[in-house]
Amino acid sequence: MVLTNERIKERLQEKFGEAVGVFEEPYGMLTFTAAAEMNMKVMQFLFDDEELRFQFLTDLCAVHYPERIGEELAVVYHLHNLVDNVRIRFKAFIPVAHPDIFTATSLYEAANWMERETYDFYGVNFLGHPNLKRILNVEEMDYFPMRKEFPLEDQSRIDKDDEMFGRGGDLDYGNKRSENAATTINEADKDRTWQ
Amino acid sequence: MSLVEHHKNLPVGSIEKTTTTLNLGPTHPATHGVFQNILEVDGERIVDAEQTVGYIHRAFEKIAERRPLYQITPLTDRLNYCSSPINNMGWHMTCEKLLGISLPKRVEYLRVIIMELARIADHLICNSVVGVDTGAFTGFLYVMQYRELIYEIWEEVCGSRLTTNIGRIGGFERNFNDIAFRKLEKFLNEYPKVLKEFENLFNRNRIFMERTQGVGGIAAERALNYGFTGPNLRAAGVDYDVRVHSPYSSYEDFEFEVPVGKTGDVYDRFLVRNDEMWQSMNIIRQAYQKVQEFKGKDAEVFHADVPEYYLPEKKDVYTKMEALIYHFKIIMGETDIPVGEVYHSVEGGNGELGFYLISDGGRTPYRLHFRRPCFIYYQAYTELIKGSMLSDAIICMSSLNLIAGEMDG
Repeated sequence: MVLTNERIKERLQEKFGEAVGVFEEPYGMLTFTAAAEMNMKVMQFLFDDEELRFQFLTDLCAVHYPERIGEELAVVYHLHNLVDNVRIRFKAFIPVAHPDIFTATSLYEAANWMERETYDFYGVNFLGHPNLKRILNVEEMDYFPMRKEFPLEDQSRIDKDDEMFGRGGDLDYGNKRSENAATTINEADKDRTWQ
Repeated sequence: MSLVEHHKNLPVGSIEKTTTTLNLGPTHPATHGVFQNILEVDGERIVDAEQTVGYIHRAFEKIAERRPLYQITPLTDRLNYCSSPINNMGWHMTCEKLLGISLPKRVEYLRVIIMELARIADHLICNSVVGVDTGAFTGFLYVMQYRELIYEIWEEVCGSRLTTNIGRIGGFERNFNDIAFRKLEKFLNEYPKVLKEFENLFNRNRIFMERTQGVGGIAAERALNYGFTGPNLRAAGVDYDVRVHSPYSSYEDFEFEVPVGKTGDVYDRFLVRNDEMWQSMNIIRQAYQKVQEFKGKDAEVFHADVPEYYLPEKKDVYTKMEALIYHFKIIMGETDIPVGEVYHSVEGGNGELGFYLISDGGRTPYRLHFRRPCFIYYQAYTELIKGSMLSDAIICMSSLNLIAGEMDG
């Protein structure tokens, strides 16, 4: 029998009822949310069930939605059933103030580094992870850089001494800049001289 | 506490310590990339290892959150830089999936040609480097000429060689010229002989076989559990190939086999990559034939007709009002992008290269995550080399085809 998205949805709702919800199918991939404290129960069920057999963890990452108060961080799992060749995606939302979620390392060895990476960039605290420390950034870093409160530097900044890279600065290499000088193009343009 | 743990916890210079801590990398010539292994060795036998990655982390995912779609293509170049066109096209296909663009067949076949050339270039480096690390330098220098030829083909198509930034959303920036096709024919004619000779050098070479068989092996279940994909998974005996399981770019139109190994050791990984090169040649030949079958106007098609997203040719921008408007809108990121989330994966040189793109309708992605196969399977390295000799660790590393750029993202 072909494993359809409807069938997966049915099975999940039978088993978990209210704990899973918001079923969607963006671009054909079944996507749903699961309660954060249920993430491992859902994954274990998807892994063990003889019909579902989602036994390959394709990807694990997080997304930050600052405007969703109380559930700012989404941990996104991409699972793959290699036998029937079906992919699904599920998300667990957690508050950024207490970003705790159970680790998937007991089920998938692959989750080890993926969770470390997610911790590194979003600060998601994977409970029970054997070695939850930073992986790509330096260990001394004290913030989680992929969160939305850290915007990338404004590329129109003109106060930085980057002449060699074609940005900002002047002939005295920034030595004599006045204290009140504008630091961005936006600021410099406040009086709307161009209008 | 195991003996290893005990030794690791002993203070520096302790007389009780019988194992040695050895730094392999980050700039060791045999790692072929910037990453470090802290090995605990007992004599020449490895008892434990710990990997450190991230030396060339460039925060692509963060940078991508501020860039319009086209400006992300050069970032993907620098993931697996041995086969950048696959990354570029994988990214463009992700965008096309999000935007709902379908491509003319000819464009898809041309893409297949370029992607399979990239796969050959990638496997060729990996396999010849396994040779170098086992002491056979000849093969490496010999096949390098043909990677050069592949780069020349790319150069004809897009103007650059290593970090190609090839193509556009919706197709190619220009049609393939005659020189490109002639070079492709030259490659198709000459490379089989070279590959055969390369095979003769290694495949049944007693020294090579004894050196690589049974080294760094992994069972299929473990490989799957570790998230292996690509040649490394197929060497362990699982015939999972994205080109077959979720065909993209008309791969379903081609006939090819998926070579698999048994033991997942260095030798099997070598053989799988080697066979894949033959299969790639096969695919390129079929694709080239299909491309030649287009006649008249169809033979001129090199991009889909999607002016809102396809960056127009420069000569049109200078002479046509419409093209100028689209050029401006695309460059300034003013085109409308649908809201949605999409996951698209392609079979990269190392395995399933996935792009998870969330768009909130703004000019840049809300979130972009790269599923980088290298990063995922490198964590199995400790398990692969535990208990083996130091020199086995080196060839195990090179046979995994670890590319630092892809690992660190």
